[in-house]
Amino acid sequence: MSTLIQQLINGITLGSIYALISLGYTMVYGIIKLINFAHGDIFMVGAYIAFLSVTYLKLGLIPSLLISMIFCSVLGILIEKLAYKPLRNSPRIAALITAIGVSLLLENLMQIIMGADSRVFPRLVAEKNYHLFQGRIVVNNKQIYLLVITVLLMIILNFIVKKTKIGKAMRAVSQDMDAARLMGINVDTTISYTFAIGSALAAAAGVLVGLYYNTINPLMGVLPGLKAFIAAVFGGIGIIPGAMLGGFSLGIIETLVSGYGSSMYKDAVAFALLILILIIKPSGLLGKNIKEKV
Amino acid sequence: MKRVLVSVVLLIFILSILTVPFASSKNVIKIGVDLELSGAVAQYGQKELDGIKLAIDEINKKGGINGKKIELVVMDNKSDKTEAQNVAYKLAVRQNVLAILGPATSGATKSASMAATKYKVPLISPSATDDSVTIDERTNRVKSYVFRTCFNDSFQGNVMANFAIKTLKAKKAAIIYDATSDYSKGLLKNFKAVFEKSGGKVIAEEAFGKGEQDFSSILTKIRDKKPDVIFAPVYYDEAGLIIKQARELGIKVPILGGDGFDDPKVVEKAGKENANNVFFSAHYSSQDTDKKVQNFIKKYKTKYNQEPNAFAALGYDLGYFIADALKRANLKFDSVTKDRERLKIAIENTKNFVGVTGVININKMHNAEKSAVIIELKDGIQMFKQKLNP
Repeated sequence: MSTLIQQLINGITLGSIYALISLGYTMVYGIIKLINFAHGDIFMVGAYIAFLSVTYLKLGLIPSLLISMIFCSVLGILIEKLAYKPLRNSPRIAALITAIGVSLLLENLMQIIMGADSRVFPRLVAEKNYHLFQGRIVVNNKQIYLLVITVLLMIILNFIVKKTKIGKAMRAVSQDMDAARLMGINVDTTISYTFAIGSALAAAAGVLVGLYYNTINPLMGVLPGLKAFIAAVFGGIGIIPGAMLGGFSLGIIETLVSGYGSSMYKDAVAFALLILILIIKPSGLLGKNIKEKV
Repeated sequence: MKRVLVSVVLLIFILSILTVPFASSKNVIKIGVDLELSGAVAQYGQKELDGIKLAIDEINKKGGINGKKIELVVMDNKSDKTEAQNVAYKLAVRQNVLAILGPATSGATKSASMAATKYKVPLISPSATDDSVTIDERTNRVKSYVFRTCFNDSFQGNVMANFAIKTLKAKKAAIIYDATSDYSKGLLKNFKAVFEKSGGKVIAEEAFGKGEQDFSSILTKIRDKKPDVIFAPVYYDEAGLIIKQARELGIKVPILGGDGFDDPKVVEKAGKENANNVFFSAHYSSQDTDKKVQNFIKKYKTKYNQEPNAFAALGYDLGYFIADALKRANLKFDSVTKDRERLKIAIENTKNFVGVTGVININKMHNAEKSAVIIELKDGIQMFKQKLNP
């Protein structure tokens, strides 16, 4: 029993990382129907920006987190303006290929600037372990940070989307871009905001991953990026609560697979899950079936 | 007309390729370096290159080899197996080097050795420890042109298994290994064989894939089985994370590893307070009081302003090792192919070469017979524990 609880704790930690990244995925998809494959690499850039601000500017966790989030939101807007906007009316495959190109560009640029080997992320918080039930269950204070910051950012995001004017605009654009434009909504600004918020969330995830594993490298975004994509599809792509649900479920499933089966199967299981959900319920767990209008 | 033009261009192209290497090989001896200078295990390659450069500079300052200077042609294999072979090919064919130094890791060396065998260039790895590096797995014969100047995994696995049984009195061992790494699998096999033959029992064997960062679920599983020791034959990136995550889960048993643990990044990643009760086999210890070792440390510090690790020492030894072979090879500079053959024979006949990492004898299997040391991490500081001879 204690093992299962420990594994669930491990799984929730991993899940909160996936959830944070997949929120950005799902937002961008929801608004412009683009699978932004560069998202995982923005996550990586976020980790490096925090690394730099900690090592060279000697800042603490919260300031570095904010700097990294601001930098990445600007980067997100720039990428959208330069790479995706010119292709907005092209076939969707063109934008998808561009996204892969942007992803490779970020990875290789970072390898040139920072070198290809992994770096040790500085320790920003004193580590503490809490032993429960005579030491059979261990919770780390960084795991708590990870969960609390993730949940906090999700609540803020939900507030933005549900209660603010820009959130209203986002929802309108996601339903029908042309109709929204006719109603006087500035679609370009709305899309920019979406990228800014999504990238900021990815950056936050990057910083938290750096903090948790204390290791960062230029290719660290590849696999989590793919996993977050699976999580987004699993929960229903374009749906914010779906991304959270997908992220946490994927994290827990992966941990259970490696905890009770073998670690070698966990990526296979993640992709099998993607295939299964696409066969059984392509709109995802929380997705609704939308009928095509004739 | 067009055909004539094409053939003329081709002819010029071929001639230029042929003449360039010969023109420059008159006054210098070209030695290729095929190392992991970027990518996942860049630390090994960079440190070895530092060592090699230090040695070659010293040799050149003293007049080189019979009046000829050694020129290094350095190429980066990006910690990638395929790239390691491409680099070896480029060095052998385009650069016409006499020998190739590197790669650092077993997988890369194995694929580079295919090019070395094909073009008959002696290739010497300073640190590829997997048993099959010098042996062709299909024919079970020694690869004629492949050598190493470090001990192999049979020896290393043996040393660590004996250490676990005799010194740590361990009966149950859990193993965590990288299923995508030749080094990891080789070491696992040898450790397991010796540990079980000596009466121990391997109670868990957990594999993970390349680039894994989260070991908490594997470690939780291992914790429940209550092993006496954990053996983790992995490279430094994973080693630091495994130690850290194990200690955070409350696993206090000794963690053992191979020479892959010998890097400051292990302690940086694990954290000083977690890097306790960790033992690994290594090629040398900076605490060795031997005059040659201390002398090397002084010279390395003056040049690079930092402490050398075992890989720097291995690189340094390799520099002198190749120089020693070149001196004895009786090179005639008539043709690269013949000189490579002469050099190969000289390497095969290396006996009692005294290096910083020990006395090297090249045996029939093209392996170096030399001693290993066991190092303990105490609050992140490397302590010299034992020295073991083959």
